[in-house]
Amino acid sequence: MASVNAIDSDRGDRVSLIYNPVARAIFFQAVVFVGLLALIVWIVRNTVDNLERAGRNISFGFLNERAGFDIGQSLVPYSSDSTYIDALIVGLLNTLLIAFVGIITATIVGFLIGVGRLSRNWLIRKFCTVYVEVFRNIPPLLVIFFWYLGVLAILPQPRESLHLPFGMLLSNRGLAVPKPVWGEGAWLAGAALLLAIAMCVFVARRARARQMATGQRFPVFWTCIALLVGLPLLALVVMGFPVSFDVPVLGAFQTSGGMAIGPEFLALYLSLSLYTASFIAEIVRAGIRGVGKGQTEASFALGLRPGATTRLVVLPQAMRIIVPPLTSQYLNLTKNSSLAIAVGYPDLVSVGGTILNKSGNSIQIVAIWMVVYLSISLATSLFMNWFNTRVALVER
Amino acid sequence: MRDSHKNDRANARTREKGLWVMKTSTKALLGAAGLSLVATMASAATLDDVKARGVLKCAVNTGLAGFAAPNDKGEYTGFDVDYCRAVAAAIFNDPNKVEYTPTTAKDRFEVLANGTVDLLARNTTWTLSRDTTLKLNFAGINYFDGQGFMINAKKIPGVNSALQLSGAAVCVQTGTTTELNLADFFKANNLQYNPVVFEKLEEVNAAYDSGRCDVYTTDQSGLYSIRLTLTSPDDHVVLPEIISKEPLGPAVRHGDDQWLDIVRWTMNALVIAEELGITQANVEEMKASTNPEIRRVLGQEANSKFGADLGLSEDWVVNIIKAVGNYGEVFERNIGSGSPLKIARGLNALWTKGGLQYAPPIR
Repeated sequence: MASVNAIDSDRGDRVSLIYNPVARAIFFQAVVFVGLLALIVWIVRNTVDNLERAGRNISFGFLNERAGFDIGQSLVPYSSDSTYIDALIVGLLNTLLIAFVGIITATIVGFLIGVGRLSRNWLIRKFCTVYVEVFRNIPPLLVIFFWYLGVLAILPQPRESLHLPFGMLLSNRGLAVPKPVWGEGAWLAGAALLLAIAMCVFVARRARARQMATGQRFPVFWTCIALLVGLPLLALVVMGFPVSFDVPVLGAFQTSGGMAIGPEFLALYLSLSLYTASFIAEIVRAGIRGVGKGQTEASFALGLRPGATTRLVVLPQAMRIIVPPLTSQYLNLTKNSSLAIAVGYPDLVSVGGTILNKSGNSIQIVAIWMVVYLSISLATSLFMNWFNTRVALVER
Repeated sequence: MRDSHKNDRANARTREKGLWVMKTSTKALLGAAGLSLVATMASAATLDDVKARGVLKCAVNTGLAGFAAPNDKGEYTGFDVDYCRAVAAAIFNDPNKVEYTPTTAKDRFEVLANGTVDLLARNTTWTLSRDTTLKLNFAGINYFDGQGFMINAKKIPGVNSALQLSGAAVCVQTGTTTELNLADFFKANNLQYNPVVFEKLEEVNAAYDSGRCDVYTTDQSGLYSIRLTLTSPDDHVVLPEIISKEPLGPAVRHGDDQWLDIVRWTMNALVIAEELGITQANVEEMKASTNPEIRRVLGQEANSKFGADLGLSEDWVVNIIKAVGNYGEVFERNIGSGSPLKIARGLNALWTKGGLQYAPPIR
């Protein structure tokens, strides 16, 4: 107020500060800032006060206590003797697993369906349209229930498991697949695979350079396939096949041996992938449609076939339209994975909920949830932003 | 004071199924406010209030087959309900003078604490924190329960002990003591298992019914009750092992010893009647018995003043037995051989028959 008075006193040649847009903007921003600060201070103090009065402190020391409960699916060794923090790590890894495989599957299915919606083939086009309309218009929770209760729950009991190729067993306890057991010298195959990848990158670069220089093309794709399959295979032959497979067998209650993939994981994985794929399909379609028709026509005029046109002309330009909204879908899929609780898949939210219930440390657990999901989302965003700059239109 | 209530209530709820602490904290706050009011209200003599009102107010389960559930006429029946009826019979000589308040696991202590009901008869486990911090008085143990296992005997034949369950998938509700007892049991016996956990009881039921798990675990009485709701109840058997202690009994508020005595001795009278062979059918003949103990219990001794000292009539036991029968009859009719639940007496047999039901003498 004092400043306003000061201005009032020398209103000679200048406009009053009240009518100065810059001063007004600064004033209102200051008011909002102070107000916001006061609100935050009030909330924090209120929380601290109330916690103190309730005799609860917000230390994270309880995380080192014995968990006491078991978790059905774990990527790392875990037992009821492990600590709460171990349990949270198990939950976090389960969340990351479902997010990772879900994003990959959703992307592949989404691209196929999205391109399919633009197909000239009536059947493919209509099928893809129906797919998108069905999955996009059903809440993801119902899709999860459909897979869990409608499909996986009515599979036969473990004793009457369906025998699938390659020794796989399918029952209402999930899918049991053979687990490779790496023997002595198997590391060479891994090394060979790494070498093959390195050679592939090298070949691709050389081929590109040669094409730029001379116009001659080189079958990079087939060369890479041959390298990726051939080199590790060669390594295995040299070492005398040091790999055996632990094939699942029917046990007393469920299959034993091999690798078991639970129905909770399958239901969540299938639902989230297929649900998100319908959105990705629409994003891909929009991206392709967003590339001017003249580009395709110009490409045809240059003599490129439709396949090469899509691959070399349309998709690279479509990518810059596709990638930003694609990032949102990836984040959505990751966050939707917290619906795991509905089918009892032990993800971060489910495990955290159990700990919250047992220890009563609600504030800490909710804080951990928020920080972890925020970190996963920010990391995904960072990666996608980096990828976006790679595919963005490079002006020459 | 209010804060200690809040904290204690949270502790006392450890046996509540699948409760989120965040949800409860608001409720606990309301409860704390309620409790501090109650301290002044509950001091009055409950017996006088009940007599003046002409009806006993009793909190029961919203619906647990065999223990408390409305029948097809809309009347509450069941094991717990019969305890309400027995107390009403002891006071009014009329078991129907009861007003039932159906309660969930969450609000059962609230209605007792704030004086909405006089008696809580709702499969409630007696624990220290409920006794002290919730300020309840448990009148005794009318049902010795414990966590058990149920399996589908058709799908996994030949299993008759939980120790044969190594490698099984076990359905359990998350965030309960049940989940923790389960982990302890399998660890202590060095057995493997695969927990399949859900948040809601209905989800656990559905998963077990669909065959997702081999085993269902919760309180044994709950297993018998849930079994009735499965697609083919006869295929399922409850295994004999009990892996935790869940003593259930009726409870009243702190601060009224006379009322506690009435409820406690109503319970004891049911057990004593079974010990002495007094049944609903023969109670009138038994009044003429020459056995001094029977005469004393039924108030037939000259100058008997047991009933008067309790604040009841001298034939209070006669009224109770006429209304509901003895403990064995109450058990068999509601949850035992005379009911669809077919629960064996087991721990709830009389102490003379290898069980734990034992009542101090009336003398």
